[in-house]
Amino acid sequence: MTTKVLAIDDSRTIRNLLRVSLEGAGFEYHSACDGVEGVEQFADVEPDVVITDINMPNMDGFGVIETLRNGPNRTTVPIIVLTTESGADLKARARTAGATGWIVKPFDDSSLVSVLRRLTGHVV
Amino acid sequence: MSTNSIRDTFFEECEELLEALVEGLSAMEENAEDMDVVNAVFRAVHSIKGGAGAFALDRLVSFAHTFETVMDKVRSHELKVDEELMLLFHRSGDQLADLVEAARDDREPNAESEATILKELEAHLGDADREEAFSFDAVTLDFDAAPMPIDLPEPEPTLRRFDIRFHPTPMLYANGHEPLLLFDALAELGTLTVQADLSHLPEFDAFDPNDAVIDWQLSLETSEDETVLHEIFEFVDALCDLEISVRDEDAPAPMPPEESPAPPEAAEPVTETAAPVVAKTTEPPEAKTPPKQSAPRDEPRGPRPTLRVDLERVDRLINTVGELIINQAMISQRIEELELPAVAHLTNELEAYKLLARDIQEGVMAIRAQPVKPLFQRMSRIVREASEATGKKAKLVTVGDSTEVDKTVIERLADPLTHMVRNAVDHGLEPPAKREDAGKDPVGAIRLSASHRSGSVFIEIADDGAGLNRARILEKAIEKGLVSPEAELSEQEIDNLLFLPGFSTAAEVSNLSGRGVGMDVVKNAVAALGGRVSIASVPGSGTTFTIVLPLTLAVMDGFVISISDQTMVIPIASIIETIRPNRKDLHCIGTDGQVISVRGSYVPIVDVARNLGLSGGETTTGSGVLLLVSTESQGLTALRVGAIHDQRQVVIKSLESNYGAIPGVSAATILGDGKIALILDPDELVKLNPAAPFLPLASTPRLELRHA
Amino acid sequence: MLDVIEAPTETQFEFITFSAGNQSFCLEITQIREIRRWTPVTKLPHTPDDVLGVMNLRGAVIPIFDLAARFGLGTTPDNERNVVIVAAAGGTTIGLLVESVSEILSVDKSAIQETPDIKSEAARQAILGVISVGENMVRVVNLDAVLDNDMGTAG
Repeated sequence: MTTKVLAIDDSRTIRNLLRVSLEGAGFEYHSACDGVEGVEQFADVEPDVVITDINMPNMDGFGVIETLRNGPNRTTVPIIVLTTESGADLKARARTAGATGWIVKPFDDSSLVSVLRRLTGHVV
Repeated sequence: MSTNSIRDTFFEECEELLEALVEGLSAMEENAEDMDVVNAVFRAVHSIKGGAGAFALDRLVSFAHTFETVMDKVRSHELKVDEELMLLFHRSGDQLADLVEAARDDREPNAESEATILKELEAHLGDADREEAFSFDAVTLDFDAAPMPIDLPEPEPTLRRFDIRFHPTPMLYANGHEPLLLFDALAELGTLTVQADLSHLPEFDAFDPNDAVIDWQLSLETSEDETVLHEIFEFVDALCDLEISVRDEDAPAPMPPEESPAPPEAAEPVTETAAPVVAKTTEPPEAKTPPKQSAPRDEPRGPRPTLRVDLERVDRLINTVGELIINQAMISQRIEELELPAVAHLTNELEAYKLLARDIQEGVMAIRAQPVKPLFQRMSRIVREASEATGKKAKLVTVGDSTEVDKTVIERLADPLTHMVRNAVDHGLEPPAKREDAGKDPVGAIRLSASHRSGSVFIEIADDGAGLNRARILEKAIEKGLVSPEAELSEQEIDNLLFLPGFSTAAEVSNLSGRGVGMDVVKNAVAALGGRVSIASVPGSGTTFTIVLPLTLAVMDGFVISISDQTMVIPIASIIETIRPNRKDLHCIGTDGQVISVRGSYVPIVDVARNLGLSGGETTTGSGVLLLVSTESQGLTALRVGAIHDQRQVVIKSLESNYGAIPGVSAATILGDGKIALILDPDELVKLNPAAPFLPLASTPRLELRHA
Repeated sequence: MLDVIEAPTETQFEFITFSAGNQSFCLEITQIREIRRWTPVTKLPHTPDDVLGVMNLRGAVIPIFDLAARFGLGTTPDNERNVVIVAAAGGTTIGLLVESVSEILSVDKSAIQETPDIKSEAARQAILGVISVGENMVRVVNLDAVLDNDMGTAG
C-alpha cells in the first residue's frame, strides 16, 4: 500500500516541487492550497502524513494543526511543518499546537523523503 | 515535470504574487491598519522568498527576506506605516519585481537601487532583527541526482556516550510521534542501545492503547554534539520527560545502561548546552508571536479552480468557431434561396442553431478575456517613477479594474497606456506649488478607468492638471509646419494636433515622456486594435484621453452595405445615425464638395465609392443612404453608401496577415454566401479624400499611405 | 482539383508547370497547397493591376495575383480554363491566377539552369532559374520574390 502524503501550501511552486520529490519517491501525493482546503482534503484523502506551510490565506498552518489535532476528527498522523520561518517562538507554537516536526524551506528533497519514510514506516 | 517547467511555474506564480503585492500595497495606502491586507502583502513576499530559495536565487531570497521582516514589524504593530514607509514599500515591491525578472532572464539586477532600498529597509530593523538575518542553507534541488562531492575535511571524531532517559506522555502519541522513529534518528548518529522499562505496564485488562506507559533507557555512542540530540527530541520536548547526560568520555562504555548517575563535572556542559532548549520550551509560546489575526474567512480568497491552456489552442478554437458562424450563415442563406414551402419548423431550428453557435462563440471568446487589473496595476509604478523624476506629486486612482478585455488587447495596450500615463504626470499635472496656488490638492490625481459601454471597451486616462495649452500646441504645430498659419482650427482640431506624426520631437525630450514616442504612436497602436483615441480637455481642471476599443478582436456588429457593385461591412459602433437624404438638405460646395444640413449644421458628405477609387459612385445621382459618423480628423461626417442590406455580427479576418494594410479598410469578413466583404474604417476612409471640405489637416497626415 | 502530398527526394525536384502570359512557368511542388478553379474575387481598393482581390479559402482571406500582370506580360484574359494556384511561403498564403496548369515535372537539381540575361529586373528577380523541357523553356518562379514585391506594393 502506498503511503499518502497531503501537502498544504499556498505556493504552487512549492507544491510542484513537493509533488516531484514525493511522487518520485513513491508516495501518493495530494495537495491543498490553503488551510481550509487542507482540512477538507484531510477528511477525503485520509493521508498517512501531512506537510503544512505556516503562512497561508484563509487558515494558517497553526490553524491546520490545531484543527487536525483537536477538531471533531482528531488525528494522530504525523504533521510536518514546512516553512521558511525558523523562529524559535513559531516552532514552539507549532509544537504546542501538535506538530510532529519542522522542516525549513528550502528543503532538501532527499532528507525530506527520508524524514517522511521514517515517520510513516514507508518501506525504503 | 522537469526542473525547468517547475521553474517556469515559479516565475508564473511570482507574477501573480507580485500582482497581489501591488494590489495589497495600494490597499494599505487606504488603510494600513487592515491586518488582512498587511498579511496578504506579507504572504506574497514570503511566498516569493520560499520559492526562490528552492532555486537558490539567493539575492532574491535575501531581499525578500529583508522586505518581509520589515513588513512583519508592521504586522506586529512594532512599526507604524507613514507616507515615507509606504513609498519605501512600493519601491521595494518594484525592486522585488526587478529581481524576479532578472532572475527569470538570468541577468544582473540593478545592484545600486537594490542596495539603496535594502539599506532603507534595514534602517527600520532593530539590531536583533539584523543579527537574525536570514541565512538560507541554499539546499538546491538536483533532479539529475548527481551525487554531490563532499570534500570537507573529516574532523577527528571524539566519541562520547550519552545516557538518555525518555518517558513519553500520551500527548506524544497523539501528536503523531512514534518513539521508534526517534530512536532510528538517534541510531543514525552512532551506536544506540535501547531498553524498554516495562515496569509501569498495567494489567492486560487495564491497558489503554492510547496511554503511554513505557519508559525507555537509551545509550548512544556518538561523535555528535549534544545539541544534535536535543534537536531530535525538539518536537517532543514538552510531550515527554527527557534526561540526557554525558558519561565519562574515557569510559569503555559498558553495555547495559543502568541508573545513570552522570558525573558532576560531565553534567556541567549538559545543562549549559541544554539551556537554550529549555529556555525555548519554557517561554510562553504566545508571548512573542504576533496576536493571532482573524483569518479573512468572510472573504473567500482561495483561487478558483483554473485550467491552464495553451493560448494557441484557444485561438484555434476561436477560429473554428468563427468558421461555424460563417457556416451557419451560409446554410441559412442557402435554405432561404431554396424557397421551400412551409418551412416554419425548419426556420425555428435554424434560429436555434444560430443562437447556439453564438453562445459557443461568446463562451470561447470569454476564455481570452482578462481583467485589466494587472495592466492598471503596472501603471501605479509608472506614476510613481514619473512623479519622482519630475518632482511632481501624483497618485493613481483606478476604477473598474475588473473590466475584462481580450488578452491581446491588454498586451498591446501596455505600451500606449504607459506612455499616456507618463505624459499625464509629466505634461498634464502642474508642479505642487502651482497646484496649491490654484487651490488644488498638491498631489495630482491620475485616474485610470475601464468600463464596458454599448459593446465597446472604454479606457480613460484622466489627470486633474491644468488642461491642454492650446495656444502653445497651435504655435508649435505651425512652427513645425504641420498646419498653415492661416488655418482656423476648432478646439477639438487643435487637440488632435497632438496625434500628428512629428508633433512631439526630440527638441523637448524630457527624461520621461520623450523617448522618441509621440502620441501618434499611441494612436496607431490603438488603431491597430480597431480602437480610437480622443481627447477632452478643460483649462484649469485637466485632460482626459479616452480609448475606445472593440470588445473582442474576432467579431463585430456591422451593417452590410453596398458600395458601387461591392458588398462591404461598416462597424455599427462607428455610426451615429443613418439618414435618407432629402434633396433640399443637400448643398454643393465648390466643384464637387457636398454638405448636408443636419439639424442646422452642415456636415460634409464623403462618397465612399469614390474615396475607395471604385467606379460608379453615388455622388452624381445623389441617391443612396448617408451614414453619420464622427471622425477624428474632421468631426461629423456623412458617408454616402449605396444601400444598407442587413445588420449582423461578422467574424473579423485580418487582411494584413496575407496581404497588407489597405487604406480605408480595417479588415475583411466572410459573408453567408462565402464571399469576402471588406470592413470599412470610417476614419481612414474620410482621410482618403483630399478634397473633403473643412479639412485643414488633410494635407499632412497619412501621406505615406496613399501611394499604396 | 489537384492536391499535392509528396516531398521531393534530396536531389530530385518536382515542379508543377503552368502557363501565364503565354509563357511557361513552374513552381516547386512543396510550395503549392492546392489548385482551384477561378471564381470571382472581392476586389480591393487602391491596389495595382496585378492584385485581383481576395478570396475565401476555407475561412482564410487570401490575396489573388494575376501572375502574368505581375511579370509585366499583360493581364490574363477571362477564360474558363483559368485556375488559381494556391501557394504558401514564409507563413503567407497567396493565390496566383494562371491560364492553365500543364503537368508535373520531375527533374534532377542539375537540370535547373541559371536564368539567362533578360531585360526586366523585376522578372529576373522573380525567376530562380530555367528548365528546358523538349523545345520549351520553363521558368522556375521564385515565390519569395513574388511575395516580397507584392507586400511592397501593398505597403
